[in-house]
Amino acid sequence: METTPLFSLAVVTGILTAGIRLASPYLFAAIGEMFSQRSGVLNLGVEGQMLMGAFTAFYVTLRTGNPWLGLLAAMLVGVLMGLAMAVVSITWRAVQGISGIGFYIVGMGLSELLFKALLGEVKVINTGFNAIHIPLLANLPVLGEIFFRQNIMTYMAFALVPLAWFVLYKTTLGLKIRAVGENPHAADTLGVNVAQIRYLTVTMGGVLSAIGGAALSIANLNVFQENMTAGMGFIAVALVYFGGWKPFGVLFGALLFSMVMALQIFLQVYRFPIPSEFLIMMPYILTIVVLVLTVGRVRSPSALTRPFVRE
Amino acid sequence: MSEPRTMGLGRQKIVHLEMRGITKIFPGVVANDRVDFDVHEGEVHALLGENGAGKSTLMKILYGLYEPNEGEIRINGQPVRIKSPKEAIALGIGMIHQHFMLVDTLTVAENIALGLPSSRGFVTDLDRVSKRTLELAERYGLHVDPGAYIWQLSVGQRQRVEILKALYRGADLFILDEPTAVLTPQEVDEFMGTMRQMTRERHSIIFITHKLHEVIATCDRVTVLRNGRRIDSRPVAGCTKLDLARLMVGHDIVLPKITSAPQRGEMRLELQDVHALSERGSPALRGVSLQVQAGEIVGIAGVSGNGQSELAEVITGLRKVTRGKILVNGQDTTGKLPGELLQIGMAYIPEERMRDGIISDFTVSENIILRNHNQTPYARHGFLLHRIIREVADRLIRMFDIRTPSPTTPAGNLSGGNIQKVVLVRELSRAPKVLIAAQPTRGVDIGAIEFIHKNLLEQRAAGAAILLISEDLDEILSLSDRVAVMYEGQIMAVLENKDAERGLVGLLMAGVRPE
Repeated sequence: METTPLFSLAVVTGILTAGIRLASPYLFAAIGEMFSQRSGVLNLGVEGQMLMGAFTAFYVTLRTGNPWLGLLAAMLVGVLMGLAMAVVSITWRAVQGISGIGFYIVGMGLSELLFKALLGEVKVINTGFNAIHIPLLANLPVLGEIFFRQNIMTYMAFALVPLAWFVLYKTTLGLKIRAVGENPHAADTLGVNVAQIRYLTVTMGGVLSAIGGAALSIANLNVFQENMTAGMGFIAVALVYFGGWKPFGVLFGALLFSMVMALQIFLQVYRFPIPSEFLIMMPYILTIVVLVLTVGRVRSPSALTRPFVRE
Repeated sequence: MSEPRTMGLGRQKIVHLEMRGITKIFPGVVANDRVDFDVHEGEVHALLGENGAGKSTLMKILYGLYEPNEGEIRINGQPVRIKSPKEAIALGIGMIHQHFMLVDTLTVAENIALGLPSSRGFVTDLDRVSKRTLELAERYGLHVDPGAYIWQLSVGQRQRVEILKALYRGADLFILDEPTAVLTPQEVDEFMGTMRQMTRERHSIIFITHKLHEVIATCDRVTVLRNGRRIDSRPVAGCTKLDLARLMVGHDIVLPKITSAPQRGEMRLELQDVHALSERGSPALRGVSLQVQAGEIVGIAGVSGNGQSELAEVITGLRKVTRGKILVNGQDTTGKLPGELLQIGMAYIPEERMRDGIISDFTVSENIILRNHNQTPYARHGFLLHRIIREVADRLIRMFDIRTPSPTTPAGNLSGGNIQKVVLVRELSRAPKVLIAAQPTRGVDIGAIEFIHKNLLEQRAAGAAILLISEDLDEILSLSDRVAVMYEGQIMAVLENKDAERGLVGLLMAGVRPE
């Protein structure tokens, strides 16, 4: 049996460090989804976009040895997948819940196919984004390890939150996004191009989801496996609801979820006497409980899932 | 520096706007048929017509929401093409829509700034917008707090925001689509003051309405549309309400009024200290007590959102009573289901006719028999008898003059007035003991109003106890034996018809109890 006490400082620090790192894919995907939903489009294809992003980033990094090229390639794939979702849900006005699930399946299937055709087996890269020690701050006791020795994509994910807040609440673009998701007819009468704004947010959502996938495959794990996101894209959608469509609410949700995830991993490692199946369930059960508790607390954007038709 | 007029910089003020020979065809309907219309600087020009006469279509063309099939628009003699609201705004045209085009979750300043370039480029300049808004508000008497959220504002305040939005964009010409429909009488007076201030500042106003007295009180000229055609344009001076009604409908119209004293019978409906919650869980009814006897119409006056909808719903069993008692025919029916109330003679004309009045995908005849579909003569042993249903429906459609292509047309395809007739047929053909009529004429044209009013009076003569809930004060005053005024979930006062003077009722509607 293990001799390390479960809740020693070292272990708690380890859980928190892992929790911060694990939050980054969720943050990218959920912030992207938040913009999409704020403009009135529910994109349930996040999972598929993440998988495609994860594969593309991994494959390009593997071939070129440059994670930045991998990230760029993933973003391009995100643009394409986001645009495809935008065409279907905005121009063709398809039912968003269903078309999103379609894109999830396409993304999952395509990433599997490409994986089998181009890689054939699970490979590991050592050219992904490594941990960067922030000068001075990284040397702080405890805090240094938790916050300031993360990989670059984790820093980017956390920087994205205040940036998203600024864009949403302090810019003319953010004002248009909020108006279009709440009352597109009002925005239309003031000359705001509803379709254009939604194309922008849905495409941006696709890019951020793909980046989230890349964070997994070339920063956190440095590996690609079939269906490696295992539902993370759907959790990201849930986090948007949980976070009340607000950037810092999403951050709180992502952290809560990733911390429980990290705890669960550590409990497994330390052979805590609960069947591991139950431990794995923990974050998901937590998500359901929290979603049930938050129902009716915040209003969703009024035009969410409603295609815009000028009357 | 970015001034609100920037978008119109270099453009001429609208001195004269003309629409010539405008034709707009929708699949199967000619909405506008070679319509001419014009408006001068500083003029209030009324656009009058029944529902479906083509007023809104014409104005949507002017505001760039539709493109006409034929015809042209000229500003100060120069032909212009207006392909989007953005272009209309840039030309100096502002539109105040009947259903306000405001984003509830944004502030006043944010709503005004929406879609405009900011002086700080990418970043919003709401402080500057607020300052300029306050200046305009001061000049035009449109007081409103730029930092308030729209959902916090009253209907009258929201309308001010709409006007400010257009003023801020430097509009010269204002299209007002039924602006007074949602206001209290006092708010209407204030609004008229604002309009006068606007014309003093040399703005032009197109005033869409079907309220004839407002045309006579405020407008310089009137254009009447009927079935998509322009019937006449003339100065308002010298016109009477009767003249205008005749132009609008094509024949003489006299809305019926109660003339005789009610033949009051037994107590049919009694509410004792009734409380109920709104959809959001806040108190909507706060101790309502009310009585309606057989053979009388009791009118509920009030600005929408003061508990009238909830009142109709508790009486018809659709909403839970949290405290108090409701008696129908002397029998305690608190907490009874709608179906049980139906059995003892309750009939209901719901406010939201599309949502609660009909099943829009069902045919007209199916909607007519909906209440009694499982009883003789319509059904036997659980099977519908289509031949009989068709016969009854045919007869009722003829009797009530429901304009429908056929009894098997989906009811949702009919016009508002005809949908209301379908509801009326169903509810009235059962000789109800208690009739709850919620906003029975909202949004229907004057011909249908006449018909609905006649039917309500017939029911009264036949001894039904009628509760008439309406935001239209004229309707309440001409049909009610007694008038109850609701404000914030309470009955402010119950007045006999002869004591229900318009000014007094208006004050009570605003929550003021005169000494």
